Amino acid sequence: MSLVSIRDVRKSFGQNEVLKGVSLDIAKGDVVAIIGRSGSGKSTLLRCINGLETYQSGSIVADGIEVGGAATNLRELRRHVGMVFQQFNLFPHLTAAENVMLAPTVVNKVSKAEARITAAEVLAKVGLSEKMDAYPSELSGGQQQRVAIARSLAMRPKVMLCDEITSALDPELVNEVLRVVEQLAREGMTLILVTHEMRFARDVGTKLVFMHHGKVHEEGVPKEVFAAPRTPELQQFVGQVG
Amino acid sequence: MLQFSFWDILSNLLVATQWTIVLSLIAFFCGGIVGVILLFMRTSRIAPLEWFTKIYIEFFQGTPLLMQLFLFFFGIALFGVEVSPWMAATLALTFWTSAFLTEIWRGCVESIPKGQWEASSSLALSYIEQMRYVILPQASRIAVAPTVGFSVQVIKGTALASIIGFVELTKAGTMLNNATFRPFLVYSLVALIYFCLCFPLSWWAKKIEGRLNVAR
Repeated sequence: MSLVSIRDVRKSFGQNEVLKGVSLDIAKGDVVAIIGRSGSGKSTLLRCINGLETYQSGSIVADGIEVGGAATNLRELRRHVGMVFQQFNLFPHLTAAENVMLAPTVVNKVSKAEARITAAEVLAKVGLSEKMDAYPSELSGGQQQRVAIARSLAMRPKVMLCDEITSALDPELVNEVLRVVEQLAREGMTLILVTHEMRFARDVGTKLVFMHHGKVHEEGVPKEVFAAPRTPELQQFVGQVG
Repeated sequence: MLQFSFWDILSNLLVATQWTIVLSLIAFFCGGIVGVILLFMRTSRIAPLEWFTKIYIEFFQGTPLLMQLFLFFFGIALFGVEVSPWMAATLALTFWTSAFLTEIWRGCVESIPKGQWEASSSLALSYIEQMRYVILPQASRIAVAPTVGFSVQVIKGTALASIIGFVELTKAGTMLNNATFRPFLVYSLVALIYFCLCFPLSWWAKKIEGRLNVAR
């Protein structure tokens, strides 16, 4: 059974239909790279999965929870679905460790001491053990994004959504973040990434989804899809970015 | 006939000033508490709550404070409940203050980037938890300067309570003028005392504002 199941999802912003019937199945351990031009609906799709955006029709079931349901369901869903953003969105008034500890202590009612142990563990995983007590403003973009990943990991999510997480970074900082994501993928974390890093999508992804005009235009095993794109749109897209 | 020396006038005014301060403090703190509740309602994204606070705020911002004092003083009496000037002034100033503070604070809450809401939503925090742990700690930093600045308006607003017979600084001034017939002296002193109450606050508000701007 798939961990995330998306069935014929449609979503409009006013007159503008951005998702025109998207269906997608994501199994446990999949690393799904969603690529496509800006405006193709890929970020919107990602944001629908944890209920940051609502959709008009179709269904999304993540970890057995129907996303379109009531508010209580959303809270339960979000405990198991992590998200990392393009702009990091760390809480600037909290240290790295406090950023990581917030949700476990507030939502999962874990004790401060226990949460701090988890924080140390996940921050070590992203290579920031020595920055536990630093404030976001004292960290580089790459370090901030790694704290954001650690913050999401601390909730022990079953799936993580990454929304163009390297797009706001200086080029020399991109790799340190991608390395962390790659390590997560190797450890079996289910990942859904909207990304512009084609090489990363090809090398680390287990599944590639090319979105075009609000639809899944082509999908398959990344290496095969990149080597032989079937549709002219993907051929053109790969030609432009690759 | 009783003779009033300068010191008699000043000391009488200073005694009455205590009541101006007490009324200001009560209006400010009660208004602050009501304001926080309204703020949660106003930003809750629950339509009926938002509508209620919108109408509430429009009413108290869109009518003169003096009319509100009259409404509380004479209005509640219509229902057969005896209202003292003290009670009417406290209620009217509390509600009036809360309406303005809610709007000031809403602006501060809305200045927090949307990403902070989205990140905390994604971490499964509820609305109240988001406000408590993520939004308000950041918004309150921004809110300090305009809030202190507004406290000056509250102090000056208490002067209107004199009209429904509450004896505070302005009312004491009027009474002393009636007894001494020295309006310029009396009202100059009254104005000076208000200035001594208000100036430190507005000076402080400016100072914090400057400090916050540097920090950014």
